[in-house]
Amino acid sequence: MSQQEAANLASAKDERLKEAPLVLRLMRRPELGAVMGLMIVTVFFIVVANATMFEFSGIMNFLAPAAQLGILAIGASLLMVGGEFDLSVGSMVAFTGLIFAACVVTIGLPLPVAILLTLAFAAAMGLMNGQIVIHTGLPSFIVTLAFLFILRGLSLVGLKWATGGSTQLRGVREAATQTPLDSFFYEIFAGDVFEGLFSWLAANDLIAKFPNGQPKVTGIPVEIVWFALIAVLAAWVLTRTRYGNWIFAAGGDANAARNSGVPVRRVKTSLFMITACCAALVAILTVLDSGSTDARRGFQKEFEAIIAAVIGGCLLTGGYGSAIGAAIGAIIFGMVLIGLTYTTIDQDWYLVFLGAMLLMAVFFNNIIRKRVTGER
Amino acid sequence: MAASSHIPLVEMRDIEKHFGSVIALSGVSVTVNAGEVHCLLGDNGAGKSTFIKTMAGVFRPTSGQMLIDGKPVTFSGPRDALDAGIATVYQDLAMIPLMSVTRNFFMGREPVKGIWPFRHVDFDFCDRVTREEMKRIGIDVRDPGQAVGTLSGGERQCVAISRAVYFGAKVLILDEPTSALGVRQTSMVLKYIDMVRKRGLGVVFITHNVRHAMAVGNRFTVLNRGKTLGTARRGEITAEELQNLMAGGRELAELSDELGGTV
Repeated sequence: MSQQEAANLASAKDERLKEAPLVLRLMRRPELGAVMGLMIVTVFFIVVANATMFEFSGIMNFLAPAAQLGILAIGASLLMVGGEFDLSVGSMVAFTGLIFAACVVTIGLPLPVAILLTLAFAAAMGLMNGQIVIHTGLPSFIVTLAFLFILRGLSLVGLKWATGGSTQLRGVREAATQTPLDSFFYEIFAGDVFEGLFSWLAANDLIAKFPNGQPKVTGIPVEIVWFALIAVLAAWVLTRTRYGNWIFAAGGDANAARNSGVPVRRVKTSLFMITACCAALVAILTVLDSGSTDARRGFQKEFEAIIAAVIGGCLLTGGYGSAIGAAIGAIIFGMVLIGLTYTTIDQDWYLVFLGAMLLMAVFFNNIIRKRVTGER
Repeated sequence: MAASSHIPLVEMRDIEKHFGSVIALSGVSVTVNAGEVHCLLGDNGAGKSTFIKTMAGVFRPTSGQMLIDGKPVTFSGPRDALDAGIATVYQDLAMIPLMSVTRNFFMGREPVKGIWPFRHVDFDFCDRVTREEMKRIGIDVRDPGQAVGTLSGGERQCVAISRAVYFGAKVLILDEPTSALGVRQTSMVLKYIDMVRKRGLGVVFITHNVRHAMAVGNRFTVLNRGKTLGTARRGEITAEELQNLMAGGRELAELSDELGGTV
C-alpha cells in the first residue's frame, strides 16, 4: 500500500467518523426509547382501536389521566436523575388531598390559602424525606417505602377525623367556589381552559360540534395544561440550567459532585421537595375535579410514576434520564389505559402491559447507555 | 528558586487530624511555592489522602494552622478551598462517566447568562472552551457532548487537570495522577504537569512512584504514619534515598537485596 493510499484510507475513515455523531447524538438522547415506544403504541391503536380514539375528544380523553400521572412522573424522573427514589408519592397524593380538602371544607379556608398550605405541607414532607435519607445514609427506597405506609395510614385516620368516621370527604367544589376570589383560583386548578376559543372555533365550523352548536370538546382540561407547562419547565431546568447540571452530577456520582463544589445535599433535598409538591399538585387538581377526596387516591401511583420515568430513559442508578421522556412515558400509559376501551381487548391487559413495558424499557436503556458511554 | 524567597502560596503548619481515636495526621508541615512541583510521597496509609483532603477543605484539621499567601484561613468546605484557588484532582477524578465532557468540565462552576428566572447555562460558550482546552493539551475531542466514559484514563486525567487550571487554580493538588496509567499516558500527564508549573502554578503531586516524582518534582516531602519525615530539594536527595524513606528504610533495603535490587 502506498502512502497515498494509506492517507486516502485514513481520510475515508474520518469521513465515516463525521457521519457517526448525528446517529450518536440521536442515540444519546435518553428519551429515544420513550419516543419509539410512543410510536409503536400509537400505530398499534391506530390499527386496532376505534377511529374516534384519535379524534380531538379522544385525545383529550387519554391525555387527562396521562397528565395526572405525568406530573408525578416528571417529579419522579428529576429525583431519579438525582439518584434517589420516592415511593411515597402515591400516598402523598392521598394525604395532601386530605390536607387540601380539610382546609377547604372542614376549616373553611379560602381556596388560594388552602392551595398554598397544601403545597407548603408537601414541601415540608419532602424536606423530611430528604433529610432522613441524607442524615441516616439509608437508601431512599427504604425510607420512602416507610412513608408509603405511614402516609396512607395517616390519610385513613385523618379522613375519619375530618368527616367523623367516613373515608371520603365530599363537598369540596361547593366550598371552593364561594367567593369570587375562590372562583378565580378554582378556574386555574379545575375544569377546562380556552373555552372561549373552542366555542369560537365551533361557531366557525373549525372543530366538531353537537347539533345545538356546542363544541364536542368544550376546552382543554386544565391538568393537561399544567402537565405541559411542568414538562417544558422541568426539561428546561434539567438540561439548560446550572441546577439541572447539579441534578445530573448528584445522581451520577455524589462524591465526585461534592468534590467539584456541587451542593449535593441541598440538591437532593430540594428534589424530594419538588417530587412531593408534584404529588400535592396532582392531589389539588384531582380533588377539585371530582369534588371529593378519599383514602385510596393515588394508590400505586408511585410505581406507575417510576415506570413512566424509566420508560422515559431514567436509569435506576441515577445520573441519566429525561423529564420529557417521563412525560412521554406517562402519555404511553394514558394511551394504553384509555385506548383499550376503544378496542375489544379486555381492560385488565393494562397491568400486563405495564410490566412488559417496564422490562423492555430497562433492557433497551441498558444497551443504549453502554453504547453511548463506552462502558464495557 | 526565585519563588522560595516569596511568601509561599500555601503553608500548612503542624496539621493534625484525628478520626475518633485514630490519629491520621500528627503534625504535618508543608509549603507550596509558585512555579514549583512539591512531591508528597508515602506508602499506603501514610496519611497522604487525609492531608490533601484537609488542604482541599474536605476535612477540618483537628489542630494546626493553614496560611494562604501568608494569611491564616479556615475552610468550611471544598468550595472555600476552590475559591481560595486550591483545586484538587482526585484519584477518582471527580468526573462523572455518564455526563458529557463539557458538563463535567464545568460541573459546579457553570457559567450562566440571562436574568432570573430565565437564567441558564451558556452551553455554546462551554462547548467552545472545552474544545479549545482539549486541543491545547492535545486531546482530540470530536464532540464535547460525548460522555467522559468514552475517554481513556490519561485523557480523563488531563481533562481533570485542565479543568482545574482553567478555573484559575493557583495551587493544584494531584492525587496519584499517574498510578493507574500506562507508560505513554503517564508521560503525557507528567508533561502536562510540567506545563502547568511553567505557567506559575504551585503543584502538590502525590505519588508513591519515586521515578514519577523525580521526573517533575522540585521538592520532595515524605510522609510516614502521619508524620513528615522531612523535605528535600531536588538534587539534595537520590531516588534511592527517597524510596528508602518512604518504606521506612531498612526493611526495604533488605528486601531489595533479596530481590536483587529491583524494588
